[in-house]
Amino acid sequence: MTSQSGIEAHVGTPARPIGGAVSTGRAGDRIFAAAARGSGILVLAIMAAIAVFLIWKAIPALQKNEANFLTSEDWNPNAVPPRFGIAQLAFGTLMSSLLALLMATPVAIGIALFIAFYSPRRLASGLGYVVDLLAAVPSIVYGLWGLLVLVPHMEGASKLLNTTFGWIPVFGGDNPGKSSIFTAGVVLAIMILPIISSISREVFLQVPRAHVEAALALGATRWEMIRMSVLPYGRSGMVGASMLGLGRAMGETIAVALVLTYVPGINWHLLENGGSTFAANIAKNFGEAGEIGRGALIASGLVLFVITLVVNMAARAVVARRKEFV
Amino acid sequence: MAKRIEVSGLHAYYGGVHAIDDISMTIEPRSVTAFIGPSGCGKSTFLRTLNRMHEVIPGARVEGKVMLDDEDLYATGVDPVAVRRSVGMVFQRPNPFPTMSIYDNVAAGLKLNGVRRKGQLDEIVEGSLRGANLWNEVKDRLGKPGAGLSGGQQQRLCIARAIAVQPQVLLMDEPCSALDPISTLAIEDLIAKLKDQYTIVIVTHNMQQAARVSDRTAFFNIAGTGKPGKLIEIDDTSKIFTNPEQKATEDYITGRFG
Repeated sequence: MTSQSGIEAHVGTPARPIGGAVSTGRAGDRIFAAAARGSGILVLAIMAAIAVFLIWKAIPALQKNEANFLTSEDWNPNAVPPRFGIAQLAFGTLMSSLLALLMATPVAIGIALFIAFYSPRRLASGLGYVVDLLAAVPSIVYGLWGLLVLVPHMEGASKLLNTTFGWIPVFGGDNPGKSSIFTAGVVLAIMILPIISSISREVFLQVPRAHVEAALALGATRWEMIRMSVLPYGRSGMVGASMLGLGRAMGETIAVALVLTYVPGINWHLLENGGSTFAANIAKNFGEAGEIGRGALIASGLVLFVITLVVNMAARAVVARRKEFV
Repeated sequence: MAKRIEVSGLHAYYGGVHAIDDISMTIEPRSVTAFIGPSGCGKSTFLRTLNRMHEVIPGARVEGKVMLDDEDLYATGVDPVAVRRSVGMVFQRPNPFPTMSIYDNVAAGLKLNGVRRKGQLDEIVEGSLRGANLWNEVKDRLGKPGAGLSGGQQQRLCIARAIAVQPQVLLMDEPCSALDPISTLAIEDLIAKLKDQYTIVIVTHNMQQAARVSDRTAFFNIAGTGKPGKLIEIDDTSKIFTNPEQKATEDYITGRFG
């Protein structure tokens, strides 16, 4: 493959920092190098300090825990003896985020394709701006909107889904309600729509003209051109965008906390009231938690931290793979 | 298969910019017609009006008439997608679909036309690759990405892709300008072979190439920056290069400008 950037030219040279061999040892050089190195180390040190602090705060609570931290569905850290586990939180977090992802991704990619390939140019820039603006709306606003507007209207939709798709286990159950994991998923879907849409749009706009024209010149219609040239080029970008959206959905706190009504225990019927997520649970309980309660919440936060870290790293890995076929 | 192209009174615009001015010419079937002229004279733009690729650029439009035998390409109700299926195009930079294998690249246009049967696809893919003088080089790695080929092989892959759908006309926009001399020679040999079956139009900056491969040559020129490109003359290649009618043509081919 030919390289447009000429990066391959460096392949033969031994790996070393840029300019490593030309350091002159002058004072300015040394000061700058030390400052840069210090900044890098500082970031790592802060990260490490946060992790150590969280673990240190979490350990006493974990030691007093009478239930299995990973598999228990209870959350009673202030009881005597304390019993708490993250199973329900992990379930609620993953389910609401996955629902959000399933709902948001097709719409977001549709928006991105419309802006990049279908809309008139003047409309495209305005629409792109509006979509980006959605990302700037504070999450408390989405939460209030979810609580005051969406929740009262969800009952009918939940019942409809329940009667139509009740044979699918997650849509089953006897009491489809308003403040369910599903409702939280809808709010989250709207919140992650802009990030997925704007990243996908950026990727679509980078599709080389040559690829687009190759398809058009073969007699491809616009949709066929998108399928032949745009989607293959943008695939990893879209996957990465969705995973960044997933990361945002999992970490979202206040909107979910406002929408969900806490009912203990894992409920696979996602249309029924109840459920909780890591972040919403922390937001709701931290204020009135005791010593062990705080430790327990910090421990659950650590788990969320690890999960989002993994998702984000996976997203970055997928996005980085794109350079293989540019 | 090959069809005659008759252009009359053709103007092309990019937004408010008048790019080519009142071009009329006839392009004979089963022959190679070369377009030469200085940069910016509108020869590539004119080429792209022949398969309605000009209008994919936002704001671009065309006035005038292009007849492919007795079919008016710009008549109302004519689908540009259908036009592009019968008038194939090869671009300046080789542009195989980067995520597709060699096989899928050649089969891409066929699949658009609804050819799905494996046997038929295999047959046409092999025929097209043979037609593009590429079969022997790639027959053992049809499943490998097209982007892994050399530049000259990629360009022949693009030609195979274009001829797989059996177009009436093959348009080539400086197909050798990104290639080394040996690959260029391979493409020129291929053009000589393909003209038995297709109407070929080639834009080139290389006058030796025009002299080598074409039967007819059209010389385009531009009066100055911001002025539209015009067709100065079109004639048999031997006449253009030995005894052109117009002074501007003679100046250009003898290297006095351009």
